[in-house]
Amino acid sequence: MEFRLHPVALIRAILRPIDPPLFLLLTVLLAAALVVMQSASPARMEAQLANTGVALALMWVTARIPSARLLSLAMPLYVLGVVLLIGVALFGEISKGAQRWLDLGVARIQPSELMKIAMPLMLAWFFQQREGAIGFVEFVLAGVLLAVPVALIVTQPDLGTSLLVAAAGLYVIFFAGLSWKLIVPLVLVAVVGLGSIVAFGDTLCQPEVDWQVLREYQKHRVCTLLDPTSDPLGKGFHIIQSTIAIGSGGMFGKGWMQGTQTHLSFIPERHTDFIFAVMAEEFGLIGALVLLVVLFMLLLRGLMIAAAAPTLGTRLLAGAITMIFFTYAFVNMGMVSGILPVVGVPLPFISYGGTALVTLCIGVGILMSIQRERALSQS
Amino acid sequence: MTEFRSPDQEVSRLRVRLVVAGVFMLICLSLLAARFVYLQVVRFDYYHTRAEDNRIALVPVPPNRGAIVDRNGKVLARNFAAYTLDITPSQVGDLDDTIDRLSEIVDISDYDRRRFKKFREESKFFESVPIRTKLTDEEVARFIARRYLFPGVDVQARLFREYPQGDLLGHVVGYMGRINNRDVDHLEARGETANYRGTEHIGKRGLEESYEAELHGKTGSEQVEVDAGGRKVRLLSRRTAVPGNSLILTVDAGLQAVAHQAFGDRRGALVAIEPSTGGVLALVSSPSFDPNLFVDGISVADWKGLNESPDRPLLNRAIYSAYPPGSTFKPFMGLAGLSTGKRTPQQAIADPGFYVFGGHRFMDDKIGGHGMVDLHTSIVQSCNTYYYMLANDLGIEGIADFMRPFGFGQLTGIDLPGEADGVLPSPDWKRKRFKKPGQQKWYGGETISVGIGQGYNAYTPLQMATALSALVNDGVVFKPHVVKYVVDPQTGTRREVEPKPIRQIPLKAAHLAAIRAAMVDVNKTGTGARAFAGAEYSAGGKTGTAQVYSLKGSKYKEGNVAERLRDHSWFIAFAPADKPRIALAVLVENGGFGSRSAAPIARQVIDYYLLGKRPAGQASEDEDAPADH
Repeated sequence: MEFRLHPVALIRAILRPIDPPLFLLLTVLLAAALVVMQSASPARMEAQLANTGVALALMWVTARIPSARLLSLAMPLYVLGVVLLIGVALFGEISKGAQRWLDLGVARIQPSELMKIAMPLMLAWFFQQREGAIGFVEFVLAGVLLAVPVALIVTQPDLGTSLLVAAAGLYVIFFAGLSWKLIVPLVLVAVVGLGSIVAFGDTLCQPEVDWQVLREYQKHRVCTLLDPTSDPLGKGFHIIQSTIAIGSGGMFGKGWMQGTQTHLSFIPERHTDFIFAVMAEEFGLIGALVLLVVLFMLLLRGLMIAAAAPTLGTRLLAGAITMIFFTYAFVNMGMVSGILPVVGVPLPFISYGGTALVTLCIGVGILMSIQRERALSQS
Repeated sequence: MTEFRSPDQEVSRLRVRLVVAGVFMLICLSLLAARFVYLQVVRFDYYHTRAEDNRIALVPVPPNRGAIVDRNGKVLARNFAAYTLDITPSQVGDLDDTIDRLSEIVDISDYDRRRFKKFREESKFFESVPIRTKLTDEEVARFIARRYLFPGVDVQARLFREYPQGDLLGHVVGYMGRINNRDVDHLEARGETANYRGTEHIGKRGLEESYEAELHGKTGSEQVEVDAGGRKVRLLSRRTAVPGNSLILTVDAGLQAVAHQAFGDRRGALVAIEPSTGGVLALVSSPSFDPNLFVDGISVADWKGLNESPDRPLLNRAIYSAYPPGSTFKPFMGLAGLSTGKRTPQQAIADPGFYVFGGHRFMDDKIGGHGMVDLHTSIVQSCNTYYYMLANDLGIEGIADFMRPFGFGQLTGIDLPGEADGVLPSPDWKRKRFKKPGQQKWYGGETISVGIGQGYNAYTPLQMATALSALVNDGVVFKPHVVKYVVDPQTGTRREVEPKPIRQIPLKAAHLAAIRAAMVDVNKTGTGARAFAGAEYSAGGKTGTAQVYSLKGSKYKEGNVAERLRDHSWFIAFAPADKPRIALAVLVENGGFGSRSAAPIARQVIDYYLLGKRPAGQASEDEDAPADH
């Protein structure tokens, strides 16, 4: 082994695990995040820079790990996640009416976050183990693997996260080839269910109606979406103010640092979940569309990596990760613009918050790792 | 699903699904794009307006309320700025906790808490309500340093009303109080709701109430940029407020003080009028109250003290309490006799000491009677029999018709709220007054009592003073008024109040002269002689006694009757006799004979007004009153 490295060789060694298209798109998003953060919450710039640095480093580290090794981590991570979730159920801290945190003495952690990566990893690994013999039994088993942690998260209660974890698992199952005969009815049930809630919202949202499955605050979120004006100073205030911010941005926006909704504190949570409203207010429709295009290009790159991935497990994993990115982005922007309920989902790569950014960049790292292996296997 | 699949088939199958996923993403993101186009292009105008509405708040700037000064410029009501600590309940989570924590920084008494609770019930939920008024500079500084701990709590500079003369003019100036629901209804009816945005107090009594529209002014506004918490970020534009008009009164505070002090702790009222203008020179209702007590919400103890006192200090006796005029009615009766031709000045009657009507003996004061009595003697000696006969000759309709133009038994229309109309008795009045047919009939004997100012007669001291003014002003009647000028403080323009007479009663100069001459002799040789002994001017007057309690058969003896059942004492007077500058009516409740308690008050007031003489023992006004301007 040669210890004296030429600078060019060093750079090449550093860049080797990096997928240039993905990295370029990610850089554009992270840079946009910093620009918007300067306007939304200048006091958080340093923290955001630090988070970005850490997240990029972890992405690079992940990208260097061979995808086979990553998949082999699936089982331990999944088991750890489930154990921690049980721990939360038994000993967790209650905050804001929900039991989500586990105090390990060293740090307070939210095991449901871990599940967002562990779940698709686990299912991808599981289907890889059963490659060539994937049948009805496998799908049932996958369903069980999916249902256990989702059920634990639902009871915390944290509907938003449990839906995201469930979605992550369902994407793997979908890509693994679950029959359309099953998918179509499931989608239909979901559509009919949501449709009826919208249609009968007025009756369902009467205070004396008990929704059984959902907690009061979740019912509140759905009802507020159906009629934001019914609660203009509570939850509805968030949606009303963010749609005003977006709408008043117009075609070209009010200009960087010029958003009145942003700078007069009308936008709630403007550095986290509602940061898109800041962006749309200050950069207008043009800014919003550029963001959509960049995100879509990143998602397309993810799908391309999945299509070309060398093994079944990596294909499923890459596809699911890409779909998770999409889900975050769609749910967040849909919520901020008032077409989906208020769910605590950050805008991927833009919202402030270290945990989410690290999780997402590790996801990008996994995609890069898979892409690198394909490149190696082709060469 | 159980059929055998080759890895290649698996891969192509997966790729189909990836394409499906990609198409699905494209559709969803296009949906978002469509939503953005809708919000940012199609509905841009709407959301742009909404954002501007959010950002820009129109903050009302309440105007400076007009001052009230007496005819010599002495300040009776003015504004002063003080800091208040305000809580906006809608922005505060735990109110009690917030107030408890505040009380560690500034002094908050139980009274402050109760008042806050009361104000809060009266205000809209988003309005701010004062928890403490008149903060010291030190308290302001202590709070400002900790303001960040108290969202929804702020210090505000407010203008408060102040009445430097205290209880001297409580009944005239009145007071202000917080706008309550009833005031809101009135403001809505007047279409003034917008003009009162930002105003918290409104006139509740006296001139503060009756001249509210003049005193208030026009509310200005500031267009400011506000943040989501409603805090002002910067000023965009301003429309200045127009201060309210100030009032210059006809009242002379010095004269008022002399009259006020002359009453001491006796109950009663005095109204003094300038006959040539109808301007009220002094208007006393005793006891009075200090309007400053009401300025930032009266305490329960103070309110109870005022409201439950048997002396009823909140009652404005000068304009609201009507009393039988007693013998002060006689000069007007005499004038009626002359004007209707029923009597001549020289015509005399023989007075046996009583008058018989319908089998009933109406008694004179003097046992055995006054002998031969003409008009002059009847007034100077206050002979009842002369007036029993005259009343019978005039008839009740004749009396009522003659008296009505003088304003007896009708609202005078004075510019103070809460005037009572009293009773000018007539068969018509009796029909309306009573419900049972048996009570509705007018009896001839009742006319006889009315002739000497007893019976159903009931007039306010203001009506008596107004009628006397008309009598000494050759029948020219002015509407009595307390305000002389309404002054625009910006231009200095003055508008005179009620400058023209409202009617002229057709009276003969010779008749008027005869009555006035008799009244002058009342103060020289008659019932007013003792009170006006040694006067350096010539004044006319008439005593009167209003019966409170009738003792059947036995003679009324003051000492035998409880204080509250004693007769009310009247005195009406004018001076100087040849060209009267002041006409007044004094009533002392339960004061006994008019010559004893009411007449000396009239003497002190006239002495001061004409000669600037102060009664012994009264300090000069410049020493006991705060100096102004």
